[in-house]
Amino acid sequence: MLEIFASLGLALELIGGADPTLLGIVVLSIELSLVAAVAGAAIGLPLGALIAVGRFPGRRSLIVLLNALLGLPSVVVGLVVYLLLSRAGPLGSLGILFTPAAIVVAQTLLVAPIVAALARQTAEDAWKDYEEQLTSLGVSRLRAVPTILWDARFSLLTVVLAGFGRAASEVGAVMIVGGNIDGVTRVMTTAIALETSKGDLPLALALGLVLIAVVLAVNAGAYAIREWSARHHG
Amino acid sequence: MEVTLQPVRWNSRFARMAAATAASMLLAALPAAAQGTFITVSSTTSTEQSGLFRHILPEFTKATGIEARVVALGTGQALDMGRRGDADVVFVHDQVAEERFVAEGYGVKRFEVMYNDFVIVGPKADPAKARGKDVLAGLEAIAAARAPFVSRADKSGTHAAELRYWKAAGIDLARDKGPWYRETGSGMGPTLNTASAMNAYALADRGTWLPFRNRGDLEIVVEGDKRLFNQYGVMLVNPARHAHVKKDAGQKFVDWVISPAGQSAIAAYRINDQQLFFPNAKAGS
Repeated sequence: MLEIFASLGLALELIGGADPTLLGIVVLSIELSLVAAVAGAAIGLPLGALIAVGRFPGRRSLIVLLNALLGLPSVVVGLVVYLLLSRAGPLGSLGILFTPAAIVVAQTLLVAPIVAALARQTAEDAWKDYEEQLTSLGVSRLRAVPTILWDARFSLLTVVLAGFGRAASEVGAVMIVGGNIDGVTRVMTTAIALETSKGDLPLALALGLVLIAVVLAVNAGAYAIREWSARHHG
Repeated sequence: MEVTLQPVRWNSRFARMAAATAASMLLAALPAAAQGTFITVSSTTSTEQSGLFRHILPEFTKATGIEARVVALGTGQALDMGRRGDADVVFVHDQVAEERFVAEGYGVKRFEVMYNDFVIVGPKADPAKARGKDVLAGLEAIAAARAPFVSRADKSGTHAAELRYWKAAGIDLARDKGPWYRETGSGMGPTLNTASAMNAYALADRGTWLPFRNRGDLEIVVEGDKRLFNQYGVMLVNPARHAHVKKDAGQKFVDWVISPAGQSAIAAYRINDQQLFFPNAKAGS
C-alpha cells in the first residue's frame, strides 16, 4: 500500500517536472494511438454500418466473427505484423519494422474490429429507427450508410474512444513490432514494461498513473468537443 | 417524436476539423521514420537495462553522426533478428551461438568487445547453503536441497550459460527438475522479479543485477568463479545474405565499439562506483 502512495507522489513529480524524455514518450503514445484510432475508425465505422444495414448471405456469421474479434489476442496480431514487416517477410522491403509506422499498423489492426463491432450495434439501432423513413425516401441501403453514421456520430465518438483506449493500452504487440527503441518507438506501455523489468516498480506504477491521466484527459477533451458540437450543430 | 435527418455534408465544420486533425497527426507521425542515417542494433536486455547503451551511444553518434537504435531481446532472439535481416548489427553474449551465427554465414565476423560476469543470487538466509565462490558446488547445493530456482528458459545468453553450468555440475535437469525449478520464459528483469517474489535462487548477469531495484530479500550468494565469465561479442549482419543491411554504417559501429574511444566509453560506465563492463577487444583485430 505504501508503494502505491509513493508512486502517486512520483507520478505527480513526473508530470510536474515535465521531463523531456517522459514528455516525448507521452506525446508519441498519444500521437500513435490517435492515428491508429482514426485509421481504425476509417475502416471500422463504414464496415460496421455496412454490416448493420446490409442484407447478404453470411451476414450472421460475419457478425459472430466480428464480435469474436473483440477478443483478438494482441500478441498474435503483433507476431503476424512482425512476420509481415520483417525483412524476411512479404512486406519487408518497406523497411518499417521497428518504426512508429509498424506500431500504428498493429494498433490499427487491433482497433478496427472493435470499432466495427461496436459501430455495427449502434448503426443497427439507428437503422431500425430510420429504415422506414429512408426507404420511403427511396434511399438505397448503401446510400443510407453515411447518413446513419453521421446521425449517430455522437454515440460513435464513444466507440472511437474505446478504440483509442485499446491502442493506448496495448503493450505486447507494440513491444514486438516497435522494439521499444529509446527515443524512437518507446511508448508509455513499453516504458512501463521496461521499468518493471528493471525492478523499479514505483517508477513503473508512476508511469502507469501518468498513462491513465493521459487517457482520462483525451476522453475529457472528446467529451467537451461532443458537448460543444451538440450544442452548436445538434 | 419528430425525426430530422440530414444528408451528410462533408463540408461541415465538424468534418473539416476531423479531417484536418487526422491529416496533421499523420504528418506529425512521419518525421520520426524519416531521419538521418541510423542503424538497428539487436542486443540483449543486459546491455540495455544496465544503462550501458544510454551511456555510450551518444558518444558513438557524436563521433560518427550515425544514430544507433537498439532493440533489446534475449541473445537467442537477438541473433534470430539478425538471421531475418531485421538488424544491421548484433551485440550479444553467447560465444557458442555467435560462432554458429557467423559459420552459417549470417554474420560477417565476430569481434570480442567486453566482459562482465554472472552471479547466483538467492535469499540472504541461503537455505540451500549455496554460498561460496564455486558455481558448480552452489548449483549442486541448490538442486540437492530442492531449493526454489528460477530459470530464464528463454534461449538467452544467460539461459545458455545456466544450462552449461547445470550440465558441468553433473545435474541432469530433464530428470531432476521438479517443482523447485521454475522456468519463466522471460527476460532477466521479469525473472529477477519472480525470484524476488518467490525468494528463490537465480542466475543473473551482474549488469542487470546491479541496477535492479526490486531485490526483496535477495543478494549475491555465488560470485568470483572464473567459469562465471561472460563475454560479449559484436557482429555485422552479412550484407551478402541481406542486401539492405547498412554495411558501412554498421561496420562503423563495430569499428567504434572495439576502438580505443569505444572501449574507454564502456570502461567509464559505472553504477554506485562499480564498473559494469570490462572492455577486452583485441587491439588491431
